[in-house]
Amino acid sequence: MNNLTIKDAREKLTKKEISSVELTKHYLTIVKTYNEKLNAFLTISEKEALEQAESADKRIGEGDSTPLLGIPLALKDIYVTKGIKTTAASKVLEEYIPQYDGTAVMLLKNAGAVILGKTNLDAWAHGSSGENSDFGPTKNPYNTAFVPGGSSSGSPVTVASEMALAASGTDTGGSIRLPASFCNVVGLKPTYGRVSRYGVIAMSSSLDSIGHFTKTVEDNAMYLQVTAGSDPHDATTPPVAVPNYTKNIAKGVKGLRIGVPKEYFIEGLDPRIKKMIEDALKVYEKLGAEIIEVSLPHTSYAIEVYYIVQTAEVSSNLARYDGIRFGKDRSHFGDEAKRRIMLGTYVLSAGYYDAFYKKAMQVRTLLKQDFDKAFKTVDVIIAPVSPTIPWKLGDKADDPLAMYLSDIFTVHANLVGVPGLAIPVGFIDSLPVGMQIFGPHFSEEKLYQVGFAYEAVNPVWKERPNL
Amino acid sequence: MKYTPVIGLEVHVELKTKSKMFCECSADYFGKEPNSHTCPTCLGLPGALPVPNKTAIDWCVMIAQSLNCEINEFSKFDRKNYFYPDLPKGYQISQYDLPFGKNGEVSLSSGKTIGITRVHMEEDTGKLTHQEMGGVKTSLIDYNRSGVPLVEIVTEPDFNNAKDVVAYLQMLRTIVRYLDVSNADMEKGDMRLEPNISLTTDVSKLPPYKVEVKNINSFKFVDKAIVFELKRQEEILESGQIPPQETRGWNEIKNATFSQRVKEEANDYRYFPEPDIPPIKFTKEQISNLKSKVPELQVEKITRFVKQFSLSSYDAELLTRERALADYFEQTVAQGIEKNISAKQIANTIINKKIDHTTISPEKLVSNIAESSQIKSLDESELQTIIDKVLQDNQKAVKDYKSGKESVIMFLVGQCMKAIGRKVDVNAVKEHLVQSLK
Amino acid sequence: MKINISHVAKLANLPLLDSEKQKFETQLSSILDYIAKLNEVDTSNVKDTSQVTGLENILREDKPLPSLSQKDALFQAKTTHNGFFAVKGIFENE
Repeated sequence: MNNLTIKDAREKLTKKEISSVELTKHYLTIVKTYNEKLNAFLTISEKEALEQAESADKRIGEGDSTPLLGIPLALKDIYVTKGIKTTAASKVLEEYIPQYDGTAVMLLKNAGAVILGKTNLDAWAHGSSGENSDFGPTKNPYNTAFVPGGSSSGSPVTVASEMALAASGTDTGGSIRLPASFCNVVGLKPTYGRVSRYGVIAMSSSLDSIGHFTKTVEDNAMYLQVTAGSDPHDATTPPVAVPNYTKNIAKGVKGLRIGVPKEYFIEGLDPRIKKMIEDALKVYEKLGAEIIEVSLPHTSYAIEVYYIVQTAEVSSNLARYDGIRFGKDRSHFGDEAKRRIMLGTYVLSAGYYDAFYKKAMQVRTLLKQDFDKAFKTVDVIIAPVSPTIPWKLGDKADDPLAMYLSDIFTVHANLVGVPGLAIPVGFIDSLPVGMQIFGPHFSEEKLYQVGFAYEAVNPVWKERPNL
Repeated sequence: MKYTPVIGLEVHVELKTKSKMFCECSADYFGKEPNSHTCPTCLGLPGALPVPNKTAIDWCVMIAQSLNCEINEFSKFDRKNYFYPDLPKGYQISQYDLPFGKNGEVSLSSGKTIGITRVHMEEDTGKLTHQEMGGVKTSLIDYNRSGVPLVEIVTEPDFNNAKDVVAYLQMLRTIVRYLDVSNADMEKGDMRLEPNISLTTDVSKLPPYKVEVKNINSFKFVDKAIVFELKRQEEILESGQIPPQETRGWNEIKNATFSQRVKEEANDYRYFPEPDIPPIKFTKEQISNLKSKVPELQVEKITRFVKQFSLSSYDAELLTRERALADYFEQTVAQGIEKNISAKQIANTIINKKIDHTTISPEKLVSNIAESSQIKSLDESELQTIIDKVLQDNQKAVKDYKSGKESVIMFLVGQCMKAIGRKVDVNAVKEHLVQSLK
Repeated sequence: MKINISHVAKLANLPLLDSEKQKFETQLSSILDYIAKLNEVDTSNVKDTSQVTGLENILREDKPLPSLSQKDALFQAKTTHNGFFAVKGIFENE
């Protein structure tokens, strides 16, 4: 069952060539074989998974069909799951067992998905490499001496190493797109508000996007079909209809105007990555798209705005962790969490609010105007995800600022709320490289079409790691 | 030295909505088992989110309109960040710079005008109680109250005495009860008061300090607490010092205020716009729609009753204390027109006879009044003659009564009534009879 | 940029060891210096953006629904007593 996709698996399940229980047992075996080496899962919920698989088989037997019925997947351990330990990879929540399921989890369960367990992350989603986990870093399956990217570090690894068919993540400043491109998988950061945040441990409320990893673009669309939609429990989910994401996915890119932002192709970008993206753009041209240079002039300020807005919201969102109603007290926070809480507290504090927070809110408006203007002349924008290829575990450990700068190409989308789809484009030094496709709010259907077109010509995802 | 009190009030009114401010838990928490009315949102569990209660917001606007406030067409919620065990999220969702209502004004019956600075919406905290358990001081927390809607009403520091403060509180209580948005029961905690008190020698300037007093749990303590605090501050000022700016608590057993925490620095709440809740925009139409739902309030009703029904303002005030009673009065007046019963008669009856308007319908009350006014007056000497005769004719009954059988009086009253032959005031007859029997 | 770590840690309710304070102060100061670059941007007459959905008036009807059971509400807490959450004494009074 190498390189099985959700699409393939769904077909096999419907044809009764395989049962969900068999599929689940298969993946659980792989998990148990490789998890110690890769440290992708923090919790394996075998019993619950098999129960879910059994009930999925029953539904399949009754002729039921949903895009994820019977499909084993993993959840970033920032998704609150009733009765199953949820830690945010932090010692504070080391023993926390939630009393409720979040909306996205309920939707996945109702669709008959099988949840294999909870995956590792940078604690509280604070990080870009997975090294801030309180339970040890996850390793990149393509080279275990290297980082898989973060903060959703475990999830892309489960998909890349065939421990699961899909895995959920969150993207607040690139935490899906970056690890997706480091692990040779497809990662979607949906439009802010496309998927409910209710029941996902909040990092930065106005930036958190609830997305997921899959092997292929079409798989990714099938998953979004289940989780997208407005939620009465989340007041920031607009009542925008959910289109059929897979129906026209093979539409192609003829006549598509692809914007290339010049501010993303700057000196800090590894020239090999630059070449790869340029080659990808040539592919799109051949397929009938038009490549147009655009400008997102305030790009260089995005990181500063991000580290003000995000840390401010983090400092407030983490205030509830006081050890009284659940979890352990605040002395159990790791260093990175402490740094961000203090930074956020500082930028909101009396005397500093105007210079930092208010200023950041204003520049955020300018960043939004950048994208609005660009999308008047192009349909989508393509850019690199990371300025560098994955780095070795430990390389950036002592320099928090250097770690923050790995987000320079990803945070802009979060500040503005636009969706971004990261897809694999190739390998450098045997390490995965990806590119990201942005579109206006709620343009996921188009992003999938664009991603699908490239993937059909260049199926990089098929290259499995040697485990 | 002549000191003028400078007092501003912060009143919190708990709304009696069915559900809480930001979640669907029942807001009816009083007397319930602890922590039985909570959910991820009001318990501050990981991943939970707030969704505002439309009715609570409408009611907040109506309260603001009753206080003659401007309603902000654009407003939002903000996070007020601080740590305390009764605050599960570590922040309270409140309103900072764009409250629903602002710049209002009310006139007290004394003629004094009080400026209303702002009226805003926020969520209540959990309840802390303190115990000593096994020698260890422990605080117990019940989050049933956490998330219940609160409206905060802040006045300008326009009060100069305790009496006006009490009058304002009574007015506020009547208003929210008229609107039927809160029971405003200080003892139950659904109306809470925090006065900011200081003294000044120069009324054109604000004093250089103010003392906030908390924990005043009953109307009867409002006056006491303010008077005590003013005296305490005066003594300090007389000694040439300035009272420290602080929060003090009222101790009802000791009848005194005591220092709670001397704030070296004011709490830095780090307000910022609540990212989880989209802003609120009202159209002019929506605002006037809500205004039309504000009923005639007591102040206006008193004026109208005095004019329309020729009542004294004292009587009008009594009749309008509760909206239901005022409505009852007007309904009874309407009924009384056909029977030629005057509004004044009805008012007197209701007030003097302490009529329970929930048990006697307007129609019944009118007919009772009609009946008793038919009762002709009795000549005292005529009555006495009849009584003497009845007593003489019923000596056994008299003997029985005098030996303790008190129920016999009704038989004797009956005999008198028969002899009188026309409808008279039974109670007057009975009274005279009893006197004569002595 | 100098940051008063003790003050910020106190506001943030984070217990820091004295040995940690210097480290954090250095790290945060350098991050703040970087972030202060934002002052270069001309934001005169630019409005704030705090939300990107453009939504307004997302409100809920006043309808109560069942709550968590008391058991569920309490079961993750370290210390409870007779249905209450319990913490070491917080006293404001004399």
